[in-house]
Parts: sequence; C-alpha cells; structure tokens
Amino acid sequence: MADFLLELLCEEIPARMQAKAADDLKRLFAEKLADAGLKAEGLDAYVTPRRLALIAKGLPVETQAVSEEFKGPRTSAPAQALEGFLRKTGLTQDQLQDRDGVWFAVVEKPGRASVDVLAEAIPAIIRAFPWPKSMRWGNASVTTESLRWVRPLQGIVALLDGAVVPLEVDGIVSGRETVGHRFHSSGVVSIADAAAYQDALRGAYVIVDPAERQAIVEERAKVLAADAGYELIEDKGLVAENAGLTEWPVPLLGQFDPEFLEVPPEVIQLTLRINQKYFVLRDQAGKLAPAFICTANIEAKDGGKAIVAGNGKVLAARLSDARFFWQQDKKIPLAEQAKKLSRITFHEKLGTVSDKVERVANLAQWLADERIVPGCDPVLARQAAELCKADLVTEMVGEFPELQGLMGGYYAREEGLNAAVADAIRDHYKPVGQGDDVPTAPVTVAVALADKLDTLRSFFGIDEKPTGSRDPFALRRAALGVIQIITANGLRFPVAQGDLLDFFADRLKVQQKEAGVRHDLIDAVFALGRESGGGEDDLVRLLARVKALQSFVESEDGTNLLAGYKRAANILKKEDFAGSPTTALSYVPEAEEQALLSALDSAEEKAGQAVVAEDFAGAMSALASLRAPIDAFFDKVTVNDADSSKREARLGILIRIRNAVHQVADFSKIEG
Amino acid sequence: MADPATSLSFQDLILTLHDYWGRHGCLILQPYDMEVGAGTFHPATTLRSLGPQPWNAAYVQPSRRPTDGRYGENPNRLQHYYQYQVIMKPSPSNLQELYLGSLKAIGIDPLLHDIRFVEDDWESPTLGAWGLGWEVWCDGMEVSQFTYFQQMGGFDCKPVAGELTYGLERLAMYIQGVDSVYDLRFNSAVGDRPSASYGDVFLANEQQMSKWNFEVANTEKLFQWFRDCEAEAQASIAAGVPLAAYDQAIKASHVFNLLQARGVISVQERASYIGRVRDLAKGSCEAYIEKNRADWEANFPGWTL
Repeated sequence: MADFLLELLCEEIPARMQAKAADDLKRLFAEKLADAGLKAEGLDAYVTPRRLALIAKGLPVETQAVSEEFKGPRTSAPAQALEGFLRKTGLTQDQLQDRDGVWFAVVEKPGRASVDVLAEAIPAIIRAFPWPKSMRWGNASVTTESLRWVRPLQGIVALLDGAVVPLEVDGIVSGRETVGHRFHSSGVVSIADAAAYQDALRGAYVIVDPAERQAIVEERAKVLAADAGYELIEDKGLVAENAGLTEWPVPLLGQFDPEFLEVPPEVIQLTLRINQKYFVLRDQAGKLAPAFICTANIEAKDGGKAIVAGNGKVLAARLSDARFFWQQDKKIPLAEQAKKLSRITFHEKLGTVSDKVERVANLAQWLADERIVPGCDPVLARQAAELCKADLVTEMVGEFPELQGLMGGYYAREEGLNAAVADAIRDHYKPVGQGDDVPTAPVTVAVALADKLDTLRSFFGIDEKPTGSRDPFALRRAALGVIQIITANGLRFPVAQGDLLDFFADRLKVQQKEAGVRHDLIDAVFALGRESGGGEDDLVRLLARVKALQSFVESEDGTNLLAGYKRAANILKKEDFAGSPTTALSYVPEAEEQALLSALDSAEEKAGQAVVAEDFAGAMSALASLRAPIDAFFDKVTVNDADSSKREARLGILIRIRNAVHQVADFSKIEG
Repeated sequence: MADPATSLSFQDLILTLHDYWGRHGCLILQPYDMEVGAGTFHPATTLRSLGPQPWNAAYVQPSRRPTDGRYGENPNRLQHYYQYQVIMKPSPSNLQELYLGSLKAIGIDPLLHDIRFVEDDWESPTLGAWGLGWEVWCDGMEVSQFTYFQQMGGFDCKPVAGELTYGLERLAMYIQGVDSVYDLRFNSAVGDRPSASYGDVFLANEQQMSKWNFEVANTEKLFQWFRDCEAEAQASIAAGVPLAAYDQAIKASHVFNLLQARGVISVQERASYIGRVRDLAKGSCEAYIEKNRADWEANFPGWTL
C-alpha cells in the first residue's frame, strides 16, 4: 500500500469555484483509478486560492493480475471459427486448451504498477477538468488546442510514497517542489511525501485545508466582535468566500463613522458584504454596529494597522457615496420620480415602464374593486402600484439594483405615505423563487399579483414565450409567483386563458411536484372543458379538485373505477363508436345492465351537484358508487352483442360512464 | 498610508512605472492622441493583441468617461483620468510576479498591505473582446485590473496577451494618503518652486468639461459626427487602411459616450449603438488581420488564424 499526493499549483482560482473543483478532483481521480481496477482506502481533496490538492491513502502499488477465460468453438468446428477465436484472444492454437472437444483460451493480464496508472490518469484528469470557465495563456496559446485551466497552471507535484510520478502536461513537468505563501515565503518548498505535505506548507504560511481556514475566519471574527462588545452577524457564504481568497487568513476589526448609520442597514450591509467582503456586526440592542471585519491574507508587520486603516478608508468612501444617494433621493417625492419612468423603455413592443405601471395600477385596482383580494382598499392599491417602480430611477437603486423595492419602501415611509402602501412598494417583487416569503397583506398582494400578471399577459401578448432554457424575461418565475400568491391567499378568479393558461398548468405541475401532487392529475383537471374552449382557470378550485382526485385514485375504489373507465374508453376507441349516450333501453335488459344505468342516473346527478358546490370529495364518492355496477356490467354483459341495437345501446352506456367520470376530471390523462 | 510629503508624487508614480516596465522589456509608448474610454482602446493594445508577433508595451492613456463627470465636486470621480497600461504578448509565465514587483517599486510593501487577486472577468461589448483575470485589491481597494485576453474583435488571441491596467489617480491617492483626487501632489517642490496639486492642473477642466458633456454639447452635431465616423470607418475598411478605420471606430465610440452623457439615447437604442460601434471595431480588427495575415503566416510557421 502506498500514499499518493497530487498538487496542481496555479494562479488565483476564483473563490466561488474552489469547493466544486475539490469535489471534481476527488471524483475524477476515483473514477480513473476504478477504470484501472484500483481503489484507495482514503481520498481527501484540498483547495486554496493557488492550489488544488489530493491525497490518496492506502493505494495498492500495482493493479491485480487477472486471468480471464474465454470459451471458443468446438474442436470439430470449421477452420474459420477457430481463426476468428484466435484473432479475438490474440493467442496461437498451441496456447488453447482442449476441454472435452471445446477450445478454451486462458488470457493472463499481468498487474500494472500504480505509478504507471497514475502517470497516465493525472494528465487525462487535468485536460478534461470541468472548470465553469477556463482559459489559455503563455507561449503555448498560439493555438487554441493548448491546455485550458481556470487560470495559468504553474506546477504539478505528484508523489507516490515519496517518489515523483513522472508525468508532463503541456510542458509542465511533475516534481516535488511547490511554493508557499506569496509574501510570507520565498523560494521553493520541497515536499517529502504525502504525509509531510500539509505541515510543509503550513511552515510556508499556507493552510491547505479549506475547512481549517473557514474555522479560523469564523472563530477569529467572533472573538474580535466580542472583544469590541459586538456580535458577529453570521454569514457562511462570506466565511467560505474569505477562506477562498486567503491561504493564511487573518481577520481584522475596523470601525466606521457611526454617522453613516442613518443610511438603511440593508444598504450598509450590502456595501460591506458584496463590495468589500466584510463581515457585519450588531450591537447589544441588535442594531447594526459601526464596525466591520475584513480578512487579510498576511500577518502584517504592524499587526494590521495599515490594512485596517486602508480598508476603513475605502469603506468610508463607499458609505459616503451611499449616504449621498440616500440624502439626494429623499428630497424627491416618489410621485415625482415615477414621472421619469416614461423615459425608460420596458420593452420595445410594450412601451415604457410608465405604461407598464399604468397597466399594473389598473389591474391592482380591479383586483381590489372586484374583491378578488379580500379587504384591499382600491385607492391604496392604485397608489402603491403607481409608485412601486419609482425607486428604479433613484440614485441608490442605480448603484445597488438588488435593493429595488426595498428602497422604494424606505422612501415611501420617509415621505409619510400610508404604511400599507410603503410595505406594498417594498414587497411587490415577492415571492422571488420557491423559498421566498409570499405576500399576505392585502395591498401588497394586489400589487405583487398585478405586476406579475401584467408581465405574463404582456409578453404572451407579443408572443415572447420562454423556450427551452431561454427565459429572458423570467416569465417562469413570474408565473410561479402568481401561483404562490393565489394559492397562499386563496384568491378566486380566472387567472388566464389559452397559451398562458397552459403555461400556468406547466408551472403548477413543477411547483406542486414538491408537495407530492401528481402532474398527470393536474393535467386531468386542466383538460376539463378544453375541447369546448373553456378549461379550468381558477387555480384554487383546480387544486382542491386535484387534491380530492389524488386521494380518490389512490384508494381501492378509485383504482378500480379508473380500470373500468379505461376499459370503457378502450372499447369505444376500438369500435370507433360515434353514437349517443344511452338513457333508456328498447329491449329487456340484463340485470347488471339495468343496475348500471340506474347507478349512472344517480351518480351523474350527485356528482354534478357536488361539483357545483365545489364538494369534490363528495363528487368522488358519487363516482365511487359506480365501481361495483361497472365491474358487474363488464363481468356479465357482452357489449359486442350480435344484435346491433343491443350493441349500440351498450356502447352508449360506455359513453355515459365516460361522461360521468369527466364531470370530475379527464381520466384519460391519468397514468397507471 | 504614507506621509503625503515624502511619498511619490503623481508624476513620479508614472516615471517609476515607466522605469520599471522599461527595465522589463516593455516599449514605453506615449498616449494615443485620441479620446478613448480606457487604455485598452489604444491600438497598441487592441490591434497589437491580434496576430502571433511578440509585443510588450507600457504607456499612460488619458481616458474620458463623460458620464462619470461630477463638475469637480466629487473627490473620487472624474470624467477625465489616467490609466497606466501594460500589455505583454505572449503573457509571460511570471506576469503576476512582475506586477507585484511594480507595486513594490512604487512603495507598496506586501507584508504591510494586503494584496489580493479577486476574480473579475473582463468583457468589452464595444470591442467584441473578453478575457479572464482579476481585480487586484490593496487593503480592500481595487488598484488594478489584470486580464488574460482570450478574444479581441471576435477573434481568438493566438497567443494570449496579458494586460495590466492601473488606475493612476486612485493608486496615487492611496500612496499619498489623501482623500480627494484634487489634493494629490502632482509633482514635488523643487527649490523655491512649490509643488502643484492635481486640482491646480485639472479642476477647471473637470468643471468645464462636465458642463459641456452634460449640458452644452450639441446633440444634433454629435449624432451627425457618429454617422460620419461610421461612414468613414466603413470607407477605410473598404480601402484597406484598417489603422485609419480603427481611429474612426474609436471616435464613434467616444461620440456615443457623449450622447449617453447628454441622455439622448434610450435604453433600446443603446444596445443598437453599441452594436454599431462593435461592428466598426470588429471590422477594423478583421481588416487589420487580413492586411497582415500573409506576413504572419510566412514568419510564424504553423500559425493559423
């Protein structure tokens, strides 16, 4: 058994790509080894900004010798058969064994030294490495065929039990030498073997294990915060990012002028986190503290004073920009800002953002007027809708587009507008995706729904529909938002028609999948009335129906009724019957035939009434009463009677079965 | 970071960089004599990054971004500023070390200040160009862009050039420890001749040019200039003088920036104008390649477009 070390040294790997790169390296290595019949006892991958490393422990020093046996033709078979067998096995006739008149070949595959397997596998892994974005560089890049890597690859360390595994990729030759920290170490670091790797680099100010660097960042940041009397606002993503930007992380605490705290805390947080990658702190009262923690990559000679001063300066410049924007924006009422929206094109075929706002305002007011959104004041809904996009032209949102909505809410409050209006402006983009909060405040519901519905109707109106992975106007997300708002608030109204309704059906299937709702049942209910151009367009009713349907078809009665329905439908299809439903019989019927007709009369009526009353469980149980009569009918009655009047009447009964069931859902869409 | 009185003046910063890159084999070129938005537009970068021939150059490029004008009232934003540009083709394997050496040369001690390479991929829609690289941070401030060009004018870079861009004012503010660009020491006092500040040299320019960019420039004429430059560029491409065509493309690009500052280009028109400038830049690159292709193929066996 041997231990193997691989280190791929390169220029700075983007922090966001590091974790996946380590996983990919581990996976690809295990796959390549498995192909050769090798397996390590333990496999660990490490990554820093400048290196991707892997340690395989307990690797066999060679692959197992294998002996494979092949059965050939009979010894009496024609010569061609024997020749073919010899070609296939690569043996000569005297190497074959004659066992009871049949040729057998035994092929011995000797074991291969693992060092040879590695020397072949590593270059292949490097060449095919799945970086999200890769590049060419240097002299080799005169052709586009040259090696691609995330950033220039500088060196390869490959050691098997301390011996260099000889390999070469695009002129980069493997060895045992690497480099340490960019500034704390000079010259090369020579690695004895896999076991010595981490310590050798630690001695050169490189912590190879990202988990260890993350722990340092997080723990040290917490201590610094506590020492200053604050609490760290935890942010795992930021911990990982800072650990991905440093080989020797040194968190440092700095302060900023408390006067900046007049700016909304979200703005400050965004500036610190996104632009500067600093941690944010809160004080005893839970409010944002005038301090930050940055993570340096060095143990500075002055203990970090100059670094903190420099970072504090950069931050102050950014925060004074933000404060300037905040103060400027507050001077202009949102209604004034909204006028500027007429200068911004929403879409060349859909007019300006002003035009859109007007449509949204009309729709929001209608949703309130018609009491589709219960308890919503139409005047407030209209006002909120008219102002909801005004923050797009503010300085702050120009600088931080991700604060759209939120800033509008702040400015509305500063202006003294109704709190319901301010909240609606703030939250009208919600929900953004599955996990996001869904609005429930009436004015917010009206504006959020109107905004998304208008987007969907407008783009469908100009035939700009999502295709495949292309969804430039995020219509899928808008439809999902509409579905979430409608279902969370139980809103009853026809949501769409035609193509757009089909689009909602698709989104609903995706959305309901997580809740365990079967997509075929959604289809079965959406299909109702489609042929006559109608179709279920009330999502709340639709989901209630689907829910009842699902518990029904998963019951014993439901399964059997579905089987009976399918049998009836198949016969009708096979016979291509175009007659009408049977209501009365002109001949003396069989008992089961009569019983089914009576059962249909009663079930149809009950199911119909229950559907009107939206008692879908009741409708299902009315249908369930048909199960026994249908089973008995198919058991005892011959549909294809020689008497054509009987045959037609019985086919007509099958039509009634189908029609009865279709009152509730189109069962032909149900799978199974 | 340092004592404002003893740290490098603005002009000494430039001279130090010239000296450093000159010693590392770069031609020290002068600024291109046209209005451009960034050092990348200098033909010494754009056009020279095409083709197989080695090319190493460094220069200062005055850069104009009309929309960034603040009438001289913002301490950090200017409509006219300087970029220091280094282009090395093929990208040397020690380009990062060379770059870090230049920081040391201008007085930034990497054991006192935190230098970091933070992912930042570069793309220029108007040049049809992109590359991968970083923004370089010094104590949390972006002081340079570092890019490995992968494509220029829509053509693969063969070989790849490494490009470094230093924001000179920002770097100087950092080195001198001043909060306003206008307070930068432009030079050092000599004898009884006092030093001049950046504001002494450029404040009036920022005030007047901001006013012209945002308020005065005649938009009818600008639109006409754009059309004229476009036509002239196309005619030059047809006439087989790609260097002249590229000049006109640069002009069109700057006129477009002025129109933007005047606020007369709507959102959807914007994309179309960028497309027109890109077509000119790409056309110039293509014509430049066509003009040189035979030479390149003859002198660099095995090289193909």
